[in-house]
Amino acid sequence: MAFSLVPDDTHIPFTRFATAAQIGSLVAILASVAAFFLLGLNFGIDFRGGVTVEVGPAPGAEFTASDLTEVRSAVDALGLGDVRVQNIGGGLGDEAEGIVVFVEEQPVSPDAVPAEGQIAPDELQAADPADAGRAAEIAQQRVAEQVRDTLAGVLGADISYRRVDVVGPTVSGELVERGVTALVVAITMMLVYIWFRFEWQFSLGAILALVHDVILTIGMFAVTQLDFTLSIIAALLTIVGYSMNDTVVVYDRVRENLRKFKRKPLAEVIDLSINQTLARTIMTSLTTLLALGSLFLFGGDVLRGFSFAMIWGIVIGTYSSIFIASPALLRTGVKREWDERKAEAATATP
Amino acid sequence: MLQFNRWQIGFILFLVALGAYFTVPNFTAKGEAPWGFPESRVTLGLDLQGGSYLLLEVDTEKVLDDRLQSLTSDVRRALRDRSAEGRIQFSNLRIAGEQLIVRINNPSDLERAERRLRQLAGPLGGGIGGIGGTGRDIQVERLGDQRLAVSLTDEARAFYTDSAVTDSIEVVRRRIDSLGTTEPAIARQGEGRLVVQVPGDDDPEALKSVIARTGQLSFHMVDDTADPAAPIPPRRAVYPLADGGYDLVIYEAADVTGDMVTDASASPDPDSGGFQVNFAFDGRGARRFAEVTRENIGRRFAILLDEQIISAPTIQSPITGGSGRITGRFSPEEATELSILIRSGALPAPLTVIEQRSVGADLGADSVRAGTIALIVGFSAVIVFIAIYYGRFGLYADVALLANVLLIAGALSMLGATLTLPGIAGIVLTIGMAVDANVLIFERIREELKTGKKPVVAVEAGYRHAWSAIFDANLTTLIAALIMFQLGSGPVRGFAVTLGIGVVTSVFTAFILTRVLAGGFVLSRRPKTLAI
Repeated sequence: MAFSLVPDDTHIPFTRFATAAQIGSLVAILASVAAFFLLGLNFGIDFRGGVTVEVGPAPGAEFTASDLTEVRSAVDALGLGDVRVQNIGGGLGDEAEGIVVFVEEQPVSPDAVPAEGQIAPDELQAADPADAGRAAEIAQQRVAEQVRDTLAGVLGADISYRRVDVVGPTVSGELVERGVTALVVAITMMLVYIWFRFEWQFSLGAILALVHDVILTIGMFAVTQLDFTLSIIAALLTIVGYSMNDTVVVYDRVRENLRKFKRKPLAEVIDLSINQTLARTIMTSLTTLLALGSLFLFGGDVLRGFSFAMIWGIVIGTYSSIFIASPALLRTGVKREWDERKAEAATATP
Repeated sequence: MLQFNRWQIGFILFLVALGAYFTVPNFTAKGEAPWGFPESRVTLGLDLQGGSYLLLEVDTEKVLDDRLQSLTSDVRRALRDRSAEGRIQFSNLRIAGEQLIVRINNPSDLERAERRLRQLAGPLGGGIGGIGGTGRDIQVERLGDQRLAVSLTDEARAFYTDSAVTDSIEVVRRRIDSLGTTEPAIARQGEGRLVVQVPGDDDPEALKSVIARTGQLSFHMVDDTADPAAPIPPRRAVYPLADGGYDLVIYEAADVTGDMVTDASASPDPDSGGFQVNFAFDGRGARRFAEVTRENIGRRFAILLDEQIISAPTIQSPITGGSGRITGRFSPEEATELSILIRSGALPAPLTVIEQRSVGADLGADSVRAGTIALIVGFSAVIVFIAIYYGRFGLYADVALLANVLLIAGALSMLGATLTLPGIAGIVLTIGMAVDANVLIFERIREELKTGKKPVVAVEAGYRHAWSAIFDANLTTLIAALIMFQLGSGPVRGFAVTLGIGVVTSVFTAFILTRVLAGGFVLSRRPKTLAI
């Protein structure tokens, strides 16, 4: 034996904590739902539409504290509604410090007056809904230009534009739709998969755990008010895959033990299975967390939200396969006679 | 289960070597892969090399609208036609939604009118060899006993929409090429959208203004007798003069249009010190222009570009050479942009940027650095942890991890896939999760040893019993990756690709490669006890 973090022969009566865990989880879920509705998610421009402009200082220069305040007041003066101006960077990855400006999606009234430039007047004033849609898209583009000009005015013309993202109303609407569809499809396919591999009782427990993980992760983002972007959806999907993976490993063992110990009470079989797979569950979570920790610390700002969501999701996913998915079998019950009949048939054949 | 014959081991080594073979070209300069190595390589996504991604929507409604407009004059002409059976009296010819409705004054003319309008229908695709012509372009319907409705057929709508998008791609390509950008990618997306991806550090604003401007050019005579502020005479229109700060009244009918211009270029203007745009007409345009300038010496003409007058010079002498210049104290950039617009021709329909993602080259470089550091640190941490935890078997798992990274890199290179920052995250995450299969096996071996089994038997049983869990576990992740690939866009796709590939390769390396190593060890040494 090289060494082991988890004692060799654990006999933790997990199912005895099941009720407590379920109550705890229920409270956490209610809190998440409440946070979601009361605080709301801090949707990034992917889902809300709008403009993000990130600038870095001119080569060899640095931004000062007063730069930020000046940018803020200059951008506020544009009257673009909800605007956020932030410092970013200077973290562990040695990226240069920068200033980011977020501007919310611009509402377009039918009588919007166009500024000078490339857009013909009739395109903005049209009453036709298709043209109004175009006007809304054009309005976002114009904001990007305005913000860029303002930043160049305050900080000097030789700053570097590190990132300019503009998401119009059409695309943001589609991204919301696609994100939600992806999550629903993923959970449904997992459900179907488990249903085919195991019996429906297992399927129900696994889905409970998945929904639990997704809700708690969303709740976390509501509480922390971190940017909820497209990459968080990717994180949620990966968490769904991971949590399913974890649950399946325990279920696989439960099924094996159900066949092996036909007379043992279900609760004991479940406890035994969780204990037998505990070392694996913890080891895999640890290596995954090691990789994610490295992403979180060194992967830069772009990946920070994603890796944060994943880290949280892995922890929650590990918890839920032990305390939610497996004990759920106690409530749904498992058809053990089926296994016996099958086992008898198997022994009768030769 | 632990026995592998020479051929099997050879095949496993061959696969890993194949991964390395495809990975090598990535470390050489482009186009200089060593002899015998493939040219395909991983391309860096725009988020890593810097560049702009633009999603543009073609206003296809406008195209259909224009068609209906021109159909209106065709209908008018057909009904007024005296040559055949005389003129048909009609009234209230108007566009209602997607239809053109006309009232025939005398119900007895309805039959004749319908016949004439039906004759307007032509095959689609301009009837060139009848290739594109799978259907007729318009259909005529009776509405009651006095009204007729003319509308575009479904095939026609699809056809016009489709060619508008195709033509737009062509025009956009010409414009981007004239900017001198390297390796732009322009692709159609769905019904009426274009994706334009331009790597490099070019100013996205300049790019957008060159791409999305309609570029509709026309030459009109100016009516200097009319006052732009007062009600204007019929068949005139008011447009603003760029940089002039005032409006001009021009004749609505264009004398020469942009499609008669064959070339345009920017050059310094010797008179003003600014820049000018030189242009050349085709034969028809040259004749028309000569004619117009000869007849209107001393008057002004307006050069109208996208509903704005960019210049309104006074005609000094007839311009018969078929070429001219637009002066207006342009900056070099403006002149270049104008010449590109004029040269590339007008877009068939307005284009709107509905999504833009631009990343500066320096942020891209930062991301590459951050991604590489995260990859190296994450990989080392996992490798060290596993080696300490499982000892000799941990080293086997580490070999498998290395092979896995090689296989992922090889697969990405072979496919010529695009590596994005989320893609790197996918690889890092795969490294963390790929160990899972080995953890499952090794923990199982530990359990089997505990029941008193001999090492060889325990190792064999460990691999056999762990398989179903490994299969299930990886399949669920693969399902998640597939969904992300199907439904995701840009960055999410990059993540899905590396995660999906990583899952597949990790099953191979973790389940088969480590089995060769572990099996070889226990079978050859026959250890009495096993440190795992």
